[in-house]
Amino acid sequence: MQITVTVNGTAYKREVEPRLLLIHFLRDDLRLTGSHWGCDTSNCGACVVWLDDTPVKSCTVLAAMADGHRVRTVEGLEQGGQLDPVQEGFAQCHGLQCGFCTPGMIMTARWLLDHHPDPSVQEIREAISGQICRCTGYENIVRSIQWAAKNADWGQADGAEATA
Amino acid sequence: MTAAGTSGAAGSAAPAAGAGSAYGPLRRKEDARFVRGRGQFVDDIQLPGMLHGAVLRSPLAHARILSMDIASALAHPKVEAVITGEMLAGRGLAWMPTLSQDVQAVLATDKVRFQGQEVAFVVAQDRYSARDALELINVDYEPLPPVIDAKRALDPGTPVVRDDLPGKTDNHIFDWEAGDEAATAAVFAAADVVVTQDMLYPRSHPAPLETCGMVADLEAVSGKLTLWSTSQAPHAHRTLYALIAGVPEHKIRVISPDVGGGFGNKVPVYPGYICAIVGSMVTGRPVKWMEDRSENLMSTSFARDYHMHGEIAATSGGRILALRARVLGDHGAFNATAQPTKFPAGFFHIFTGSYDLQAAHCQVTAVHTNKAPGGVAYACSFRITEAVYLVERMVDQLARELQMDPAELRMKNLLRPEQFPYTGPTGWEYDSGNYPRALTLAMEMAGYEQLRAEQAEKRQRGEYMGIGLSFFTEGVGAGPRAHMDILGLGMADGADLRVYPTGKAVLAISVQTQGQGHETTFAQIVAQELGLSPDDVEVVHGDTDRTPFGLGTYGSRSTPVSGAAAVIVARKVRARARIVASAMMEVSPDDLDWADGAWRVRGDPEQSASIAQIAMAAHGSLELPDGVEGHLDAETVYNPPNLTFPFGAYICVTDVDPGTGVVKVRRFIAVDDCGVRINPMIVEGQVHGGLADGVGMALMQVIAFDESGNCLGGSFMDYLLPTSLECPSWELGATVTPSPHHPIGAKGVGESATVGSPPAVVNSVLDALAPFGVRHADMPLTPANVWSAIQGRPLRTDLAVS
Repeated sequence: MQITVTVNGTAYKREVEPRLLLIHFLRDDLRLTGSHWGCDTSNCGACVVWLDDTPVKSCTVLAAMADGHRVRTVEGLEQGGQLDPVQEGFAQCHGLQCGFCTPGMIMTARWLLDHHPDPSVQEIREAISGQICRCTGYENIVRSIQWAAKNADWGQADGAEATA
Repeated sequence: MTAAGTSGAAGSAAPAAGAGSAYGPLRRKEDARFVRGRGQFVDDIQLPGMLHGAVLRSPLAHARILSMDIASALAHPKVEAVITGEMLAGRGLAWMPTLSQDVQAVLATDKVRFQGQEVAFVVAQDRYSARDALELINVDYEPLPPVIDAKRALDPGTPVVRDDLPGKTDNHIFDWEAGDEAATAAVFAAADVVVTQDMLYPRSHPAPLETCGMVADLEAVSGKLTLWSTSQAPHAHRTLYALIAGVPEHKIRVISPDVGGGFGNKVPVYPGYICAIVGSMVTGRPVKWMEDRSENLMSTSFARDYHMHGEIAATSGGRILALRARVLGDHGAFNATAQPTKFPAGFFHIFTGSYDLQAAHCQVTAVHTNKAPGGVAYACSFRITEAVYLVERMVDQLARELQMDPAELRMKNLLRPEQFPYTGPTGWEYDSGNYPRALTLAMEMAGYEQLRAEQAEKRQRGEYMGIGLSFFTEGVGAGPRAHMDILGLGMADGADLRVYPTGKAVLAISVQTQGQGHETTFAQIVAQELGLSPDDVEVVHGDTDRTPFGLGTYGSRSTPVSGAAAVIVARKVRARARIVASAMMEVSPDDLDWADGAWRVRGDPEQSASIAQIAMAAHGSLELPDGVEGHLDAETVYNPPNLTFPFGAYICVTDVDPGTGVVKVRRFIAVDDCGVRINPMIVEGQVHGGLADGVGMALMQVIAFDESGNCLGGSFMDYLLPTSLECPSWELGATVTPSPHHPIGAKGVGESATVGSPPAVVNSVLDALAPFGVRHADMPLTPANVWSAIQGRPLRTDLAVS
C-alpha cells in the first residue's frame, strides 16, 4: 500500500507492507535511525516519536496508521544548528550514558515541557515512567529535564548564556 | 591523599573543557551525537545489498531432533539461504568453544537443550521475510524430560543434559574450593555463636536496551571479513572468530560501533554471530542479524543462579571469626561462563568481604540444567556480586541473632586502615582502603540514629519501615596476565598514542565503551599527562584494525587496566618529548623539569617547550640525538600487578505495606570509594545505574522457569526492570583512597553499585519484616513474595512449580 507521512516537516510517499511497523519505516525505509527498537512490547520506549502532537511507541504503531499524519523524531528537534533545550539539558547534566534510550526520553521530555513548562520531580518521573533506561538510574534524566525547564529559552538569541 | 565528602550535584551542570587540571566533571564528547539521534549502533548500519538473518529457536527445553524440513522455507521467494546444524557440521562449525573449556552448539544437530536454543538460520532479503520463513521450517522433536531444578540435577536417574560429551553420565560440571577447610572447621567448632542461612541469588539477565546483533560482510576478492558487532571485547572476539571459523585473524576486522549498553551481556560470542558470518560466506553478501528482546532474554548470557548455604561464626560479643559457604551453581546447558580460566567460580572466594576473619572456606559445585548458558554477566565482577550478597546477608543474620545493631556489628569487624595491604584468608591482597570512614560517612548522610528512632516509633503505629546496610569490597581490573587469562589470552591491554605536528593527539585503546564515556575520560587522562586540553585528544576504540590488542571492557577493567595503559603511554611520550625539548633548547635533558604542561629549563622556567611545540619540532628538521627517532609517539602494554579494590558503604531505607507486600525504596545512600576520580560526573553516573540494578534485582527481576523448562522472563512484560518510579533520588557520597599500584591511583567503579546494592535493599526489607518473624526471603522481593513471607511461606523464586 502507498502511504504519505510527513516526518520532521518533510512529506515522504512510500510503498509499504500493511504490517510494517512505524519504527521500521522510520529506521529502515527513511534511514532515520535516531529512534531505536528495544523491546517489541511497548515497555521500553526507546522508539518513542510523536504522531501528530502525541508521543507514541512506534514499535506498536503501524506505518499505515501514520498515513496522512505528521511524525516528529529526535532528528527533527535541532533547529538551524541549535539544539533544543532538552537535548542540551541531557548533555549538560549527564542524562545519558549509552545513548540508546535517549532519543525516546528526549521526545517524551519535550512533550512534557510543552504542556507543563515547570514540572515537579514527581511529574517528570511519571512522564518518563513508561520508558526504561538501563544506565542512568534515572536521576540525571530527571535533572536534565529540570535543566531544560529552567532554560526554556536556551539557544535563542537572548538565552544563549543560560546557566544551571 | 585522602578526601571525603558528599556530592551536591542536584541540578548542577558539568563544565565544558577548560584550563587547569584535565580531571573533573567534564561534559562528555559522546553526547553531541547521541542527543541528536546520530549515534551509530549495529542496527543502524545498512550496506548495499545487505540481507537479513533470523534464528529459528527451540520451543522446548529438552528434545531430540528427529528431522528437519527446510524445503518450504527455501522456496520462499525472498529467502536466499537456510542454514542448519547439519550444514554447519559439514564446515566444522556446528559446535563452538565456550569461554569455560566447554563447547556450545551453534545450531543444534542432535538435541535441543534449552528453550530458545538456536536450531536454524534463515537469510532473506528483508527483516520480515526472514521471520516469515522461520514459520516454514518444520522440525520434528521428540520431547525429553527436562532438568530444571538445579538442586535435583545430580540426583540418580536424572536425565543427562550433555550426552554429546563422550562418557558423560551425569550433570556435574566441576567442584571447586578456596580457603582452608580444616582451619575453618576448627574456628567454627570453638565459636560461641554460629548462624546459618540458605539463600538464592536467582538467575537474572543484564538486558541492555540494545539487544545483540551483527552485520557480517565477507569481501570475496580480498577475503576480508568485516564484522560490525555488539561487542564489549572486539579483539578477543576477533581471535575467537579466527579460531572458530578458520578465517585468518589479520583478515578479520571487528568493529564495535556505539553499543547500547552491555553490562556483561556483550562479552560472549553467540551462535547468532557465527550464523551471520556463515550467512555472508554462503550468500556472498552482507548479512545483518539482530535479536529481538525475547531472544535476548531467553538465549544470551544470564547472570547469577547461585544456590548458597552460608555459615558465620562469631564470639558472643560480636567478633566475627570465620565464614563458610557451600554453593550450587546452575550453569545451564553449556558451561559458557566468562571468567579467567583459573577461576571457574569467578572471584566468588572474595566472599570474606570487608571483614577481618581468622578463617574461611568455600566450595562451589556447578551443574548442567536445561536452561540457557552463560552465568557470569550483569556487572557482577566475576561473581563478586554473589559473594558480597552472601557475606552481607550473613552479617545481618548474625546481628539479628546477637540482637546487635547491624551497623555497629559491621563497624566492629571492618578491616582497619592500618591493615592494608591486606591479604585475606582466601588469598586476595586488597590494595588500599579506609572502611570505617566510608561507613561513618554513609551513616552521617543517612541520619542513621534518627532513622532507627523513626523506625521504632512507626512500629508502634503498625507501620513497617526497614533500614538495610551493606558494605562491599570489589576486586576489579583483571589481570595480571600470569594469573588471569580468557581462553589462553592474558589479561593485559595495549595503548598507542600519537601526537601530530600541531600538537593534537590520537589515543588508541583496546577497551570498548558501552556508555561509560571512554572518549571523554581517556582524553582527560592523556590531557592531564601532556598538558593538553581534552578537546585536543581523540580516542579511538572499538575497531580492531585501528587499535592495539587487549581483552576489552568488562569486570570494571577499563580504568584500572586501559586507564593505566593510557597514563603509561602518555608518560612515554612525555619522556620522548623531553629529549626533543633538550635538542630544541640545547640543554641536557637532565636540566629539564616537567611543570605546568611543558618541559622547562631548571632555574629558568620561562624557557620552556610545550607538547605542541615539541611535536612540531619532532616532525621537522631538528637534529635529534643518536638513537632518538623522529615524530612523537609511543605504545605500551599494561599488565596490571594486581586487581584494584574499590569499596563502599550503602544504606537503603524502605517502607513495606504488609497488606499488599509492596516495597517502596524511600532513600538510598551510597558512599563509594574508587580511588582517584578522573571524571566525577561519569563516576556518579556509573553508580546511579548500578543502584537501579540493585533495586531491580532485589525487588523485580528474575528469570524463572516452569516445570517444562519454559522461560518465564522472556519479555519486558515478564522480566520487570525498574523505572523512574521504583528508583529514589540517589544520595551519593565519596571518599578517596588511592590505589597504591595504579599509576594515578584510580580504581574501577563500573560495577560497584550493582555488586553492593542488592544486599542493602534485601537487608532493608527484611529489617522491615522483622516484627513478623521473617528471617529471610529470596530475591526478588516482589509483592507476592513479601506477602507470602509475612504469612510464613516465602516463595521459591527460581521455579514456578506446584
